[in-house]
Amino acid sequence: MTTTVDTVPESSEEEPRQSLDDWRGVAAEEKDEVSAKGGIFLRARSRRLLAELLRPHKRGLLLATVLIVVVTCFEMCAPYLVSIGIDDGMPAVKHGDWTTIALVAAGIGGSALVGSLLRLKFLTLAGRMGQDMLLELRRKVFTQFQRLPIAFHEKYTSGRVISRLTNDLDALNDLINSSLDGLVSALLNVVVIGTLLAVLDPMLSIIVLVCLPALLALMAWYTRGSRVAYRLQRETVAAVIVQFVETLNGIRAVQSFRRERRNRDIFSKLNQDNVNANSKAMMMFGWFMPGIVAVGGVATAAVLVFGGLQVMDHTLKIGLLTAYILYLRKFFDPMQDLAVFYTSYQSATAALEKLSGVLEEQPAVPEPAEPKQLAQPVRGRVELDGVVFAYPKRDKDEEARVILPDLDLDIAAGQTVALVGATGAGKSTLARLMCRFYDPTEGAVRLDGLDLRDLSDRDLRRAVIMVTQENFLFSGSVADNIRFGKPDATDEEVEQAARAIGAHEFIEKLPQGFATDVKKRGGRLSAGQRQLVAFARAFLADPAVLILDEATSSLDVPSERLVQRALRTILADRTALIIAHRLSTVEIADRVLVMDAGRIVEDGAPDALVAGAVDGQGDAPSRFAALHEAWRESLV
Amino acid sequence: MPSPSPLGGQFASLWRLRRYARPYRAKMTVMLFVALGSTLIGVGVPLLTSSIINGPLASGDRAALWLLGLYALLFGLAEAALILTRRLTLASSVLGIERDLRDDLYEHIQHLDVGFHDSWQSGQLVSRMTSDISSIRRFFGFALIFLVVNGVTFLSVGILLIVIDPLLGGIVVLFGIPLSLVIFRYEKIYRRNIRAVQDQQGEVATDIEESALGIRAIKSFGRRDLFFARYDAKAIRLRTLQLRQIRTLAQIWALIIAQPQTVLALITLFGVAAVAAGHLSLGTLVAFVALYQMLVWPIESSGWLLAASQEANTAAERIFEVLDVEPTIREPAPTKVPQGSGRLVFENVGFSYPGSDAPLLTGINLALEPGETVAVVGPTGCGKTTLTALVPRLYDVTEGRILIDGVDVRELSLAELRSRVACAFEDPTLFSASVRENLVLGRPDADEEQVAEALRVAQAGFVRDLPWGLDTRVGEQGMSLSGGQRQRLALARAVLGRPSMLVLDDPLSALDIHTESLVEQALRSVLAETTGLVVAHRPSTVLLADRVVVLGPAENGGTTVVAQGTHHELLETESVYRDLLSQSSDLAELAEEAVR
Repeated sequence: MTTTVDTVPESSEEEPRQSLDDWRGVAAEEKDEVSAKGGIFLRARSRRLLAELLRPHKRGLLLATVLIVVVTCFEMCAPYLVSIGIDDGMPAVKHGDWTTIALVAAGIGGSALVGSLLRLKFLTLAGRMGQDMLLELRRKVFTQFQRLPIAFHEKYTSGRVISRLTNDLDALNDLINSSLDGLVSALLNVVVIGTLLAVLDPMLSIIVLVCLPALLALMAWYTRGSRVAYRLQRETVAAVIVQFVETLNGIRAVQSFRRERRNRDIFSKLNQDNVNANSKAMMMFGWFMPGIVAVGGVATAAVLVFGGLQVMDHTLKIGLLTAYILYLRKFFDPMQDLAVFYTSYQSATAALEKLSGVLEEQPAVPEPAEPKQLAQPVRGRVELDGVVFAYPKRDKDEEARVILPDLDLDIAAGQTVALVGATGAGKSTLARLMCRFYDPTEGAVRLDGLDLRDLSDRDLRRAVIMVTQENFLFSGSVADNIRFGKPDATDEEVEQAARAIGAHEFIEKLPQGFATDVKKRGGRLSAGQRQLVAFARAFLADPAVLILDEATSSLDVPSERLVQRALRTILADRTALIIAHRLSTVEIADRVLVMDAGRIVEDGAPDALVAGAVDGQGDAPSRFAALHEAWRESLV
Repeated sequence: MPSPSPLGGQFASLWRLRRYARPYRAKMTVMLFVALGSTLIGVGVPLLTSSIINGPLASGDRAALWLLGLYALLFGLAEAALILTRRLTLASSVLGIERDLRDDLYEHIQHLDVGFHDSWQSGQLVSRMTSDISSIRRFFGFALIFLVVNGVTFLSVGILLIVIDPLLGGIVVLFGIPLSLVIFRYEKIYRRNIRAVQDQQGEVATDIEESALGIRAIKSFGRRDLFFARYDAKAIRLRTLQLRQIRTLAQIWALIIAQPQTVLALITLFGVAAVAAGHLSLGTLVAFVALYQMLVWPIESSGWLLAASQEANTAAERIFEVLDVEPTIREPAPTKVPQGSGRLVFENVGFSYPGSDAPLLTGINLALEPGETVAVVGPTGCGKTTLTALVPRLYDVTEGRILIDGVDVRELSLAELRSRVACAFEDPTLFSASVRENLVLGRPDADEEQVAEALRVAQAGFVRDLPWGLDTRVGEQGMSLSGGQRQRLALARAVLGRPSMLVLDDPLSALDIHTESLVEQALRSVLAETTGLVVAHRPSTVLLADRVVVLGPAENGGTTVVAQGTHHELLETESVYRDLLSQSSDLAELAEEAVR
């Protein structure tokens, strides 16, 4: 089984992918899974996760097992009691003695009562444990996604995150809710009744025993095939969700460019892929289940004939044969339940594989085990020391894409630095290194002399904050969104922040002022208003280092003017790195850096650069001077 | 076809799903009969057993025993064959229902107006698309079939039992009554619980979606804990609701499971007495008990089946909540085709968002001659973006009308309208698809030359340097592009094929100065022949236009046109305009100097 499992999923994954590529386009990261290796490794990984989830529930599991054993025993004694009633009770009744039969009836009724009470207890207990485990898993996976770096999310995409946390967890929920108690009682039934059968009549049991290898072979065949099918199912359903979410988020573009028809075709295709994967799994089960029933049928017929022969030879009582056949049915019926359970188990393990894959992904930007403390108050000196940054190779043949070949930079505490340069010069990369969205490939980024890699996430984020042009507003009130910068801020503080940035004016005009719901992704506000809220949020957070990456681009002139004015005061006592195409922002800078192809090519005070006085370049106008000139022209 | 009897309003939503089952009714009928067949065989085996006990075993007829044994074998194999048939039919029918429903839901949601999307959290839609549709699939595949089969089994076996022995049979049937009463009582509670769980799942999904899409903001502010707390509260609530549901189900189960055994005790007691008294043969009693065992599963599973039906019903309810929403922006009938070269007129246009009585836009009168470009300028949040969204009917005006070559946009077919009007929004949406796919979004028939021209106009030649050129996947699942690059691609998409009308919402905001001036130059040539409506935040963008319209507060609230003219005229005469477009006071002076 081992070798085939390793190879089969690979080949079966390729097929649907290929056919989607014509519209999807080519991307380097075709692999769905994070650290996908062989099939066996995956199983070990999910088993580990399962064990980890079960660990806190050891006592509960033990209790539940005891309960269900007792319940099953109570439920199983019924046929046996009936046979006693017939074999012993009836002759007694004929002699007018009702004790045995009354005891038998009371026994059956009593066991029904106790059994059902205990089952109630079991169901609630198992339900609680299941939900606790699920909650734990939800927390784990959510936290892990939040821990994983931006680089991971860029590759993994939000649609898949959603799919993992909704659909995959649903599969586990199905397993826990519907099948777990079925499994235990079915398993117990099989074991206990198997034993009972052996005790009742060893000779007849040999017939049953002969069937076992057939059952095992069936099981092995199903296991191998269905795992592949369910894995495929999880991937195809993720693709459906990704397409769905993307459509929802881009609905304006979808409608105004009449993409509905094309989208429908794409979605139908993805949907059909999912149906095919499902269908394959169901077909396999469709053969597996009747296989078990057929084996059971053969066994029952054989027992009937041979048992009957024994009865004729008077080596077996009729009552015993009756009980035996009743039990035999009970032996094979739970086998079907087991098969059903096994199916949801297969489906859930496919989900568990995906989830455990996410959980085992090591954050490429890990938090230090023993973080160093930043001296308070944080002063805000930022140093880049021999920093090299390259994106990892996407495949072996490719050269690593070096963005920053070698960068040294020392930004004094409190300095406002403007960073300018053409698209692709590496400005945003520099900004992302400074707030540790990425780690440098070589060299170090330091804050107040401490390597960012040695700081706890909490300290780092309190000290360094970046505002970009893609400011994300969450559903909630305007105040909530500003308070995002400092969760414990009072209403006054929130309002002050808005006032400082010049956002209070529009906020107060909103129907409910600060309490106005901004709706999904801040849709209630215009792009410029969202940007102002994002600024207020950053201001409230009061970081020692503020990074603005094109943060003013969607502001209109009056708002930008407000922000500009505010920035003069806001940036007075903190370190700032400002990236802007529009040089109005640059005017407030103490120092300007011009970047080209990952290197700093000019560095100086803005006035000096405009004047063209770059060290060692004589009278040649600096690049910054040229940029500045172009910008001034654009203003009119 | 087999149908859930429309039990009043309780299963109304499920009943409405019947049209999805209709194409598969033949298959579902097969499944039903096959399931009934399996049940009959199940009944046959105990009867066979009793006939063996009463017949050959009593008489010692070995040959007859072998024959009956062969029958038993055939019965077993036939049962397996029937299950096989049902399972294979199941795969091809219920998956079809699931697929059709999902396709329809997607298609419907795609056509719902932007207003709907503004107000619905996508998490709620995602959970309807996935969990709820799965519940419905399970219902059609199992619950529905077995509800019918179990009903039939219960009735037929019940009648058979009464025929075999009226007293014992009577006990069996009589004890079914309290059971159904109990189930009926719990059903209502269960139904409420399950709906709460489903809604909460949507809530959790919404949080997940926000935290996934907002990961950059969360990270840069280090607000992991805040978001975890938010999510955790919802996850805990989900757990509580799920536990409540489990508890209700457990209570129903416990009651249901106790019932058949209690009845069995009574049957044994009375049956043995009857045999002892000679009213009943031993074989008949054994057969009776064995037959009664046939009823145990239908009774025990009834709780589960009703739960599954209830779940599917609330799931259907949730799906119909979406499917029943009529798009407010609909295809007109009959449609008109405007003749002309693109005159765009706003006639007394007003707009207010649904649910708000304060107008956002009011009394806007504006005429764009064919080939003319008008810039729209106004303070933040005054409704410029909304104004542009009215033209391609992403929203409909609530007052007045918008005319293209004399025809109200609401009288054009949506496809016609949206192919005439091309847009680039402030938020450049790229789909996870190849660059080419993203470019030709609105014009799948565009040729290579047109694509090249669009790329040139938008200065988006960088796409040729991507690893796989125009075949490179971009968007969330592909190469990540910078804001400026995305904006240029979105612009290229809009100008592709030279549409007769262009609506651009601050199309150059993320570009650097150098690129911006190149794009402006190229765009000018496009706008020369196109009617253009451009939202502008900066002088450089305004200069693309022949004329500028300034929006500002109207007297009675809302936004309206407060001034019109050329850039230079307005700079001179309108202080509002100067304030909107000049960088700072000293630069305003500079600008004024430039004018002079």
